[in-house]
Amino acid sequence: MYAQMVQSTGKDVKTTAEMTPQEAAFQARIDAGEKIEPKDWMPPAYRKTLIRQIGQHAHSEIVGQLPEGNWITRAPTLERKAILLAKVQDEAGHGLYLYCAAETLGVSRDDLTEMLLDGRMKYSSIFNYPTLNWSDIGAVGWLVDGAAIINQVPLQRTSFGPYARAMVRVCKEESFHARQGFDAIRKMAEGTPAQKKMAQDSVNRLWFPALMMFGPPDKDSVHSEQSMAWRIKMNTNDELRQKFVDQTVPQIEFLGLDLPDPGTKWNEERGHYDYTDPDWSEFFDVIKGNGPCNVDRLAARNKAWDDGKWVRDGLLAHARKKAAAKVAAE
Amino acid sequence: MKNEWPLWEVFIRGQHGMSHRHVGSLHAPDAKMAIKNARDVYTRRNEGQSIWVVESNHIAASSPSDKGPLYEPSESKVYRHPTFFDIPDDIGAM
Repeated sequence: MYAQMVQSTGKDVKTTAEMTPQEAAFQARIDAGEKIEPKDWMPPAYRKTLIRQIGQHAHSEIVGQLPEGNWITRAPTLERKAILLAKVQDEAGHGLYLYCAAETLGVSRDDLTEMLLDGRMKYSSIFNYPTLNWSDIGAVGWLVDGAAIINQVPLQRTSFGPYARAMVRVCKEESFHARQGFDAIRKMAEGTPAQKKMAQDSVNRLWFPALMMFGPPDKDSVHSEQSMAWRIKMNTNDELRQKFVDQTVPQIEFLGLDLPDPGTKWNEERGHYDYTDPDWSEFFDVIKGNGPCNVDRLAARNKAWDDGKWVRDGLLAHARKKAAAKVAAE
Repeated sequence: MKNEWPLWEVFIRGQHGMSHRHVGSLHAPDAKMAIKNARDVYTRRNEGQSIWVVESNHIAASSPSDKGPLYEPSESKVYRHPTFFDIPDDIGAM
């Protein structure tokens, strides 16, 4: 979800008979619930898929700062501003934990950054939608981070040790994000009629993009099977999406807002809410780069990277000069 | 020369008189900045009272393939654990 449509081998999962002894031993460790650590042997495709997945996850955290950063200077109170600032700072930290996990697989941080900046690597589709007003900030924290939690909690048990440990840290901080979002939109929903209307509008606009975060429906999800065998994906896209719908519908009702999808109905037989699928053609279009904000997001990341170059180079030059002087003095 | 900041491993002492524990890593141009960054990234919620940083390439690590020779010998030495010995109940705590 923060990593959507991560390309895996694209082939059927090998049977034990088709595996080399090394591959079979590796799969047996995963099936036994053992963690794989960076220096352990792993199939090249496991490594490659994980770099894509963790990298995409990290990029999503970093790009995800942009729609919210947009409202830091315009938060309605000093308290809301301090909270939002802390939340956006957390996202930078989440990106960092994840980049570090990816680096243990042998890819460099700058390489990952460059692959984001030139479009070779993706980030979550959700961050290509705009935050038009303060109410959207509440809705993003509540819905987007709420969806992120549903995805990330199971990933704490993922097979790759550094990824699992990063997820533990992330999850600890993520519930603060969802709660502050809910608190912000609740204030709007319980406010004046105009404020309530804004809250409704935010939920209406962000509902389907939030559902898209979990990726395409299972029937179209070609890479899931191998990733699930490797335990780098713990649940199917539709399972997680259903969980999100079931959890969120009562929250929308609590807020006294209308359900954004008239197709939402409790299904007694299934024990779940039925819901309307998002428009998947829109999803694929946003992934391809044609969402409302794709161009702005990448331009902002590129500008930050280019503008920061003199600082990165300057600090490194200073560190090298100091180190050389120390050697000379010894 | 590639201008990527080196990688540092970060160790934090929590609040309860524990030893420093590895919490993750980060990039920084030098030790001073590594500590500053570690403070920002790993201690935002009272997680620490003390920070150690060490450049990652200074860490020597055992290899996973040495697991056998390194750790198997201790498996057969059960007498190193106090539970190996049968102490009569009458003796009391020991």
